[in-house]
Amino acid sequence: MLTASVYSNPGFDFSNLTRNNFLSEKGLPLPKATSTGTTIVGCVFEDGIILGADTRATEGPIVADKNCEKIHYITESIRCCGAGTAADTEFVTNLISSNMEMHALTHGRKPRVVTAMTMLKQYLFRHQGHVGAALVLGGVDATGPNLFTIAPHGSTDKLPYVTMGSGSLAAMAVFESNWQANMSRAAALQLVKDAISAGIFNDLGSGSNVDACIITVNHTEMLRNVEMPNERVQKERTYVFPKGTTAWKKEDIKKLVLSEEVTPIGVEAMDTD
Amino acid sequence: MPDMVTLPHSSLSGKPQQRQFNPYSENGGTILAISGADFSVIAGDTRQSEGYSIQTRYAPKVFRLTDNAVLAVNGFAADGNMFVKQVRQRLEWYRHAHAKDMPLRAIARLIQTMLYARRFFPYYVYNILGGIEEDGSGAVYSFDPVGSYERESCRAAGAAQSLVQPFLDNQIYFKNQVPRPGHPHPQHLSLETVIQLVIDSFTSATERHIEVGDGLEMFVVLAKGSPLHGLENFDGVQEMTVTNEGERIFVVRRNLKRD
Repeated sequence: MLTASVYSNPGFDFSNLTRNNFLSEKGLPLPKATSTGTTIVGCVFEDGIILGADTRATEGPIVADKNCEKIHYITESIRCCGAGTAADTEFVTNLISSNMEMHALTHGRKPRVVTAMTMLKQYLFRHQGHVGAALVLGGVDATGPNLFTIAPHGSTDKLPYVTMGSGSLAAMAVFESNWQANMSRAAALQLVKDAISAGIFNDLGSGSNVDACIITVNHTEMLRNVEMPNERVQKERTYVFPKGTTAWKKEDIKKLVLSEEVTPIGVEAMDTD
Repeated sequence: MPDMVTLPHSSLSGKPQQRQFNPYSENGGTILAISGADFSVIAGDTRQSEGYSIQTRYAPKVFRLTDNAVLAVNGFAADGNMFVKQVRQRLEWYRHAHAKDMPLRAIARLIQTMLYARRFFPYYVYNILGGIEEDGSGAVYSFDPVGSYERESCRAAGAAQSLVQPFLDNQIYFKNQVPRPGHPHPQHLSLETVIQLVIDSFTSATERHIEVGDGLEMFVVLAKGSPLHGLENFDGVQEMTVTNEGERIFVVRRNLKRD
């Protein structure tokens, strides 16, 4: 005999698929998520890893945020740059950061970069590219410096210098012409700044400032806005409206301070004994 | 780049195949014109882009036609350049036939007929024409791609139209601004104020629109006998006047952010 199950089926729930297709046919498509056209990079140097990112977030051709943070915290010595759907990069790095902390607590030692990489790629693959996060993951662990890219469908690459996002070609052009093995900290930071700047100035999806993060064995330095080459110029006029500029239809003044009068009835005499 | 598209389900041999060619593209940027009592300001940014790439940081969108007419074109750059070339040719023919420059309102009507002539394969371009009318007043004419036009005193077009036009409506037409008693809104704005509003429009559009930036090119047309209104003190101002008819044209160039 067939009985209605009180349990939901395992796996994904597709019950809204037909409804959603019907709605988009009727001209009510699903809301479009904010996609960040981006330049993010990572590079290995003699003592560790340097990650870099621009700070522009866009909604189509409009700049949604002129100074957003794209280098996300995973653990103290592992960080992750995110490109793609803003909400997805935010939530996926938060989730994996949380799971990495749990992992560290259960095993009682510092977690490895490959662990974060595996967790991220398995999560992204499970969602078949619908979680639109393109990531650059870097950090230093017991095995040394590690640098990966993770594409939205879950494929990964392990390379000494990587770029992602709409400005990836501009940034990679800089890496391909100037990267060298075992670079000094100063030279590698300059190279990362140059790569991000190439994205900022040559890719319309990237802009504003340069963020960088230097990860070494026992220290992580987050360099927020290391370069600010795009500060707003002074306006020609001041736009202050005189009082009374806004039209009004009615005036209604409400008294917000309440006062009440208390009339004591049958008050007992104070006990003075 | 215009692209060839082979529609799906047509690769089976023996079946009819359909190919499609899209001859248009969109090259971003913004143009803007404002007219005053005896002057007209026509401006545009100089970035030309396609998708997320910058094709060039200096591609003029604003062109001097005569000493009293300036045309700004925005949309598909290739169409814009060809359209300006053809308008200029027609104006040259007019000069040869009549030994004078075509009046502004006549240029406006000429542009309408030239655009409508291509009704079913239009120039993918929004035009704004600015200059001085025969009566000496500053004028702005704005067109849609197939020739519908109107005389206005201010108009923005292109990528950042939706950002700039509301600002202009508020600052030029004083929309949503109630005048204080005894302080009525001015009938005509000064050239200095107009130039400041144009510069602020473009710096602000550059901040919030990815396709706007690199450079600002601003043409100022002054009516016959009009004073310079302090234009001579402007940084890097350059006179472009050719004839001695009386109207004068100047160009002012400014840098915009390049990110």
